[in-house]
Amino acid sequence: MSNTQLTVPFAEAMTRYEPIIGLEVHVELGTNSKMFCSCATTFGASPNTQVCPVCLGLPGSMPVLNKVAVESTIRIGLALNCEIATWCRFARKNYFYPDMPKDYQVSQYDEPLCTNGWLDVTVATDDGPQVVRVEIERVHMEEDTGKLTHAGGATGRIHGADYSLVDYNRAGIPLIEIVTKTVIGTGPLAPAVARAYVTELRDVMRALGVSDVRMEEGSLRCDVNLSLNRPGAGWGTRSETKNVNSLRSVERAVHSEIERQAAVLDGGGRVIQETRHFHEDTGRSTSGRSKEQAEDYRYFPEPDLVPIAPTRTWVEELRATLPEVPSVKRARLQSTWGINEFELATLVNAGAVELVESSIAAGVDAAAARKWWTGELLRVANERGVELADLPVTVSQIARVESLIADGRLNDQLARQVFEGVLAGEGDVDVVIAQRGLAVVSDDGALLSAIDEALAAQPDVAEKIKSGKIQAAGAIVGAVMKTTKGQADAAKVRALLLDRLGVSE
Amino acid sequence: MTSAAADLIRQSASVLAAAISEGEVSSVEVTKAHLARIAAVDERVHAFLQVTSKAALESAQAIDEKRKSGATLGVLAGVPIAVKDVLTMRGVPTTCGSKILEGWRPPYDATVVSRLRAADLVILGKTNMDEFAMGSSTEHSAYGPTHNPWDLERIPGGSGGGSAAALAAFETPLSIGTDTGGSIRQPAAVTGTVGVKPTYGGVSRYGLVALASSLDQAGPCARSVMDAALLHSVIAGHDPRDSTSINAPVPDVVAAANRGDIRGLRIGLVKELSGEGYQAGVLQRFNESVELLQGLGAEVVEVSCPHFDYALGAYYLILPSEASSNLARFDGMRYGLRVGDNGSNSVEQVMSLSREAGFGAEVKRRIMLGTYALSSGYYDAYYGQAQKVRTLITRDFNAAFEKADVLISPTAPTTAFKIGEKVDDPLAMYLNDIATIPVNLAGNCAMSLPVGLSPADGLPVGLQIMAPPMADDRLYLVGSALESALTDRWGHLLIQEVPNL
Repeated sequence: MSNTQLTVPFAEAMTRYEPIIGLEVHVELGTNSKMFCSCATTFGASPNTQVCPVCLGLPGSMPVLNKVAVESTIRIGLALNCEIATWCRFARKNYFYPDMPKDYQVSQYDEPLCTNGWLDVTVATDDGPQVVRVEIERVHMEEDTGKLTHAGGATGRIHGADYSLVDYNRAGIPLIEIVTKTVIGTGPLAPAVARAYVTELRDVMRALGVSDVRMEEGSLRCDVNLSLNRPGAGWGTRSETKNVNSLRSVERAVHSEIERQAAVLDGGGRVIQETRHFHEDTGRSTSGRSKEQAEDYRYFPEPDLVPIAPTRTWVEELRATLPEVPSVKRARLQSTWGINEFELATLVNAGAVELVESSIAAGVDAAAARKWWTGELLRVANERGVELADLPVTVSQIARVESLIADGRLNDQLARQVFEGVLAGEGDVDVVIAQRGLAVVSDDGALLSAIDEALAAQPDVAEKIKSGKIQAAGAIVGAVMKTTKGQADAAKVRALLLDRLGVSE
Repeated sequence: MTSAAADLIRQSASVLAAAISEGEVSSVEVTKAHLARIAAVDERVHAFLQVTSKAALESAQAIDEKRKSGATLGVLAGVPIAVKDVLTMRGVPTTCGSKILEGWRPPYDATVVSRLRAADLVILGKTNMDEFAMGSSTEHSAYGPTHNPWDLERIPGGSGGGSAAALAAFETPLSIGTDTGGSIRQPAAVTGTVGVKPTYGGVSRYGLVALASSLDQAGPCARSVMDAALLHSVIAGHDPRDSTSINAPVPDVVAAANRGDIRGLRIGLVKELSGEGYQAGVLQRFNESVELLQGLGAEVVEVSCPHFDYALGAYYLILPSEASSNLARFDGMRYGLRVGDNGSNSVEQVMSLSREAGFGAEVKRRIMLGTYALSSGYYDAYYGQAQKVRTLITRDFNAAFEKADVLISPTAPTTAFKIGEKVDDPLAMYLNDIATIPVNLAGNCAMSLPVGLSPADGLPVGLQIMAPPMADDRLYLVGSALESALTDRWGHLLIQEVPNL
């Protein structure tokens, strides 16, 4: 890896070149069983425990297609406005590699299940939001390979490794490949368009419920194809950047590849057709396998499987199961919840939209639901490095806390302590309240004596308030909250204080 | 060997099954008689790669106990059987006749094997074959050739020479073969036994180590048409583990074999599968059989299947193409032979060295042919064209079956040739399957049965009956009629004339 990779600053590169991008996204379907056998697909199981003769490709074993995988693929195709083939086949992609049990991958080649679709994405520009239509070339099915871990050696790759370990748990998990047509004319928006496309695609998959689409676990992977050309000139040579493992990286990968290719072209060089590996830490890519001599995969129709011929009735039945398009849904939520674009973006980025929706359905006020999910709970999720949805808190617990606040039995500060207890596994809402003794002090007598104590301690403040400087009341309220360890209703303390001093707002 | 044991090994499977179910003889006695026969003659015949004596006797014992307990048994309960070494059997070495699979013990049973077990048959072991079923003489086995019991210097056919020779040597009354281009039928023809390639999809391929997935089919091998029918009914039928398996009732082959009445049946002689290239002795016995069939009331018509002339060419593009992919997994990484893993070779080098050492010359030849035929830029001219020929051959069959209920031809152009005679001439070897290949390409079904000894060399001649897809019962109808007419003429089945070993 060269540490002195030449680059041209992005803005400058954009004055001389036009980028053309193409995105290949792999999505692991969240089916219970694998593509061609009944093995489980649970992520993170001990190596080689979710395997059988079929996904190990043992001699004599034969694949049987998972119907749910076909259904999911058709639904994805429909959600991406594709045509669904009336008849198509699997093909074998032949190449030798130890992560492939059969030394061929069952995939689709010239007969994909879904073709010719599109997805509209929105990017922010100086002139406001702009909608870009990304055209989809094809959506096809294939089986995932096993996972190799290379031990020893400097590069972490198979060459130079002391030995390699292979885990076939992943082999045979249904994989969907979504390939865009070339995206042209986006200019300096190319990095943002790429990111917006993958984000939108992720949301579509999530809404369809076909995959958990977690880039960090590899259930959504993106390869970025990019070439540069001078305006009016023919298309340049493209590179393919792999190992792009987050939405942010999609954007950075496009950005840095434009800077790199511009430097190559400026220097009179030639962009090499190759695979590049993106590095999250540096934000740059390094050269991988050259693709100058295209590998010959000797595709031919898979003779162990029969053709797929989805009837139009079935396709229409599946169309009827499609959820609301995420972009349409966002517009609807924005207007129902009365929030602006920025607030919605916060919810989307936090992965909180569905959680807020279901909290509202459980009786929580819309503003309160947003406040909890994008405030305290998001803070804890980030701290723990998990998805919001994975926090051990339920919408009914949020509903319970909110109803206690409404009854004046909890305040915000206490509610935060309740969630802290719930998230720490101390039990349900009422258990945590009881165990931690978290009830609002509602005994007027106790509050009044605390107020008197605070007034006596700060006679100057008492005088200020009496003279009409009501804003000074905060100091006394704060002192009372402190002595009651936060278990008082601040509004009530304030009312009692003003009453005690005989002033009014 | 006692005379009682000698009697047992010469009996048909149906007679043995009846005797076992009546309690006249136990499955253990029958099994022991066959194991003793194997011990006595297999050193010379070499039909077996593995004899699983202990497991065989244990299952025979269990079946005898099951019978005594009054439980219902299958029609072939207690009868021994041998299985071609291309089908997986849990815990038993499965080599496919190749060094590259040496030492591999599959963790699962092929569906055919499970069905044999479920029907209470006793599995004696695994039979020899050409490496990965590539060959017509069993000379391409990495473990040495099998010898034809009619003349030990001659080949028993291939690739399933072991399964056929074991029958002719009375080492087993039944066996399982697999047929990709004739590997059940041609060995049956040259050993004087009966072999059937069922309709493609009629018998599950799950656990059959694939040579060419779109052509492979397992089927029954026996010494009589009725025995083959009984075995056919045990192994056939839909299997959800094989996507290409047909989900429809199995034709009633046993009833057809019992009926054996062919009055009014139209039998087509395929013009292209006769004449030049066929030995005179083979044609003589074939022509006599045609007369016999006419005498039994069948109407004989001549049909033409013009595209059969291209069958061999198409076959030797499709088969190697699929085989080159199917055999890719034998790379020394997960099971079987691994060569060159010395810490300095790369993974590619170990794969390459393992394949170099593990595969024989014929396997390498076909892998190279297939790799070439599938290559970018050649695919359309080779694999693509071959698939078109395949369609034309299917159309030829469809047209012929408009005119005739079954078609017939000699099974193989010659009788058994000498070991070593054609081993260095691949084209001459490939021509053995000229009459059997069209059926594999079209996916329909066919049977070979013995119709006499060639006057030229005194060796068995086979006749092939071909029927439309899922009309496997017609094979047994015609086969049983012809077999019974020939038996009437000879006073016994042809196999009884095999010389004493």
